[in-house]
Amino acid sequence: MKYETVIGLETHVELNTKSKIFCACGGHGASEEPNDCVCPACCGMPGMLPVTNKRVIELAVTAGLMLNCDISRYTTFDKKNYYYPDLPCAYQITQLNHPICTNGLVSIKSEEGNRDIRIKQIHMEEDAGKLIHEGKYSLVDFNRTSVPLIEVVTQPDFRSPQEVMNYLNKLKSMFRSGGISECENGAMRCDVNISVRPEGTEELGVRSEIKNMSSFESIEKAIYYEIQRHIDALEYDLEELVQETRRFDEKTGKTFAMRDKETAADYRYFPDPNLMPILIDDEWLEQIMANKPVAVDERIDYYRESGISEEEITVLISSQTATKLLEEVVAAGCDARETVKWILIEAVGVLRKGGKGLDDLQISAEDLSAIIKMVTESKINRNSGKAALAALIEEGISPEEYIKSAGIDRKLDSSDILAVVQKVISDNQDIVEAYKSGKTKAFQALLGACMRELKGAGNPGVIKEMLEKNL
Amino acid sequence: MKKIAIDDTIMIKGELAQAGSHILEGYRSLFDAEVVTRIKNAGYEISGKTATGEFGLDLVGEFSYGAEQKGKLHGDAALQVAGGETDAALAVDMNGSARRAAALSGITFIKPTYGTVSRYGIISCAASGEQVGVYARGAEEAAQVLEAISGHDDKDGTSLPEKEYKYRTEAAAGGKIAVIRDPEDKADEDTKMKMEDFKESLKASGVTVDEIELDFLSPAATAWQILMCAETCNNISRYDGVKFGHRADNFRNIDELYINTRTEGFNFLTKAVILYGSDVLSKNRYKDCYEKSLKIRRIVADSMAKIFEEYDAVLTPVCSKTEYEAYDIDEAFGKVFEESEFTAIPNLIGIPAIVSGGVQMMGDKYCESKLFSLAAAGERGLK
Ligand SMILES: [Zn+2]
Repeated sequence: MKYETVIGLETHVELNTKSKIFCACGGHGASEEPNDCVCPACCGMPGMLPVTNKRVIELAVTAGLMLNCDISRYTTFDKKNYYYPDLPCAYQITQLNHPICTNGLVSIKSEEGNRDIRIKQIHMEEDAGKLIHEGKYSLVDFNRTSVPLIEVVTQPDFRSPQEVMNYLNKLKSMFRSGGISECENGAMRCDVNISVRPEGTEELGVRSEIKNMSSFESIEKAIYYEIQRHIDALEYDLEELVQETRRFDEKTGKTFAMRDKETAADYRYFPDPNLMPILIDDEWLEQIMANKPVAVDERIDYYRESGISEEEITVLISSQTATKLLEEVVAAGCDARETVKWILIEAVGVLRKGGKGLDDLQISAEDLSAIIKMVTESKINRNSGKAALAALIEEGISPEEYIKSAGIDRKLDSSDILAVVQKVISDNQDIVEAYKSGKTKAFQALLGACMRELKGAGNPGVIKEMLEKNL
Repeated sequence: MKKIAIDDTIMIKGELAQAGSHILEGYRSLFDAEVVTRIKNAGYEISGKTATGEFGLDLVGEFSYGAEQKGKLHGDAALQVAGGETDAALAVDMNGSARRAAALSGITFIKPTYGTVSRYGIISCAASGEQVGVYARGAEEAAQVLEAISGHDDKDGTSLPEKEYKYRTEAAAGGKIAVIRDPEDKADEDTKMKMEDFKESLKASGVTVDEIELDFLSPAATAWQILMCAETCNNISRYDGVKFGHRADNFRNIDELYINTRTEGFNFLTKAVILYGSDVLSKNRYKDCYEKSLKIRRIVADSMAKIFEEYDAVLTPVCSKTEYEAYDIDEAFGKVFEESEFTAIPNLIGIPAIVSGGVQMMGDKYCESKLFSLAAAGERGLK
């Protein structure tokens, strides 16, 4: 029998705010040292009262606007009760009854073209701390407690693991380019609801929920494993499926049921009396809308029209730094495709050597466009351009300065090049012989020697032509 | 008037803040409560801390950790104010214990409108109804101190926007109050006498006194009991032995750490409140208990607002008796909630209430000045 998979997703995203959701501590668990980024409020000490960080609401609304949600003008916080040492108050402040955004829609790529995924709701909540196990003891780190999160809940609209991955990648791109979240390791966590039904039927199968996965790789593996487990159960009667919560074990690549104790909790939700309902009026909403970043869809369309490949688009839109730089360099008159190559290949290459990534790129559009222009106008060759870029990224040396100091800004005419070509030929007679006896590779060696002599100046096409003529 | 005592549910930087509970043994506050800051800024001297019953849940403060009770019950702060050891005292009014203590000691206590006094720095239990109030020997003094501690505070999300409040005692003549006819006849003869005396005293100063009927005293008390226990159960769940305060010596795993610490750390009354509170919040009961209580809160607020269209205040007893005898903690839960029928409405709907001459007057929101004026008139007539 053929089966259809039905998947719904709950994605927790850590918001990119300066401070935590209900206190003034730095957001984002800003410190490496345990318990360095805490105050009496986020440590659960008596006497402190939560005061909502306005920025959290604005980012949550922005996320809702990006996902085409209805924005609630009246939104409230609820308390969720459970005991765990990483939860200092023994309750989490979250939203149950009046979430900030509802009824959204996001278009994703699927095997059958584009599909719409319905967003049930987005709600705000605080994160919990972290336990560090050391031998007999467990230590608690509260740096992450009260870091703001949004949870994006979809309807069960996914039909394949690939759709889920496309959705998650799109969410990540949107949130990063929109300044909602860095979405780096651990800042995006997923709960996946999965069931399987015979193709063509409407009734939903028995559902299992796989909790708290933070890497995309695990999510994908867990979904594939779980689908197969459900199909096997239905097909071969291997086990009886029950509605349950499961975890994914990265080592074995399997999911396993959580103990009853962990799942049977009654969280005793109730409205938080310390936090008055939040009213979002027209003025505030308009302000948030005005500051909303360019919608990712619009940006993608623009990139496609500029001839940028799908792979490149995926990388670009997930980086606010890259999209900003690209748009500014293009505005300065450079070609979009050419600029993308300089950013994604050349700049990233330099960054990687220093153990850094695309988001660490801190160069101005002015400098990058200067390099690109010099190369495309053949004022310097590509290799010199790369060297200038490396100097710019690594040492902050401006392109003009670099080219002057490296001596490659001299005006070359063909007689300069001819002199070098002739010198190389006379100095390397053995290679010239080899070339003449049919070893084509030898030509490259000669060309390289010419370029070295010229210290990167001169148009490679011209040098090549001149070398061929003189051999 | 200079010296003010601070109840143990209100925090002073560096001082012990144990809320009368074993579970907070040795806990010292890292900061001053907003009311303490304001008291200091207004030039008052803090005379010390007064003992409270565990989390302020009991009748008048009789079940403070480590304290023994014998004979007649009194509240520590009320006793100190009455005895002249301090001029006034601040205490959290959550379940009427401060108002009852004031009545027993024959002094004044004002529980202000919810949101007019910051709750920053109090050991919070029932966030939606607790409020810091003032004990003093008379209405005038209580008004002065309340003025000093009132006003907006950014650190409390439930604080109202008004920057400051002015309270005055004026002539009460021409005022109009309502007395609730007690259908269940819960108050004893001495209490009835006190009610009569106060009524007569008010009449003598030109206040009209009518008798009205209220049919929601009991549901209002039950609603507050439900909300209060639910919120308290939630708020004190942070006292788990992990971070500060008491921790059990013996445990083999995290569950035992929680269970043993909390078993040792809370008294029987608090445990009863926790059980009751977690029950009313449980999935099966939430709609019938918690949600219904919120509805009752709205109905009571509307009904009281109607009464205040016609009357300046509603006069009621504060306690069923004029004296409480020491009793066993096993009986506390029942006793406290039976008595709180007289005190629940102001906490439930956030209106002010003043205790004076052993009786209570409830007023409309922000009408503290009317209550002070009536109380001052009543007090004068009793002397
Ligand atoms: Zn904090």
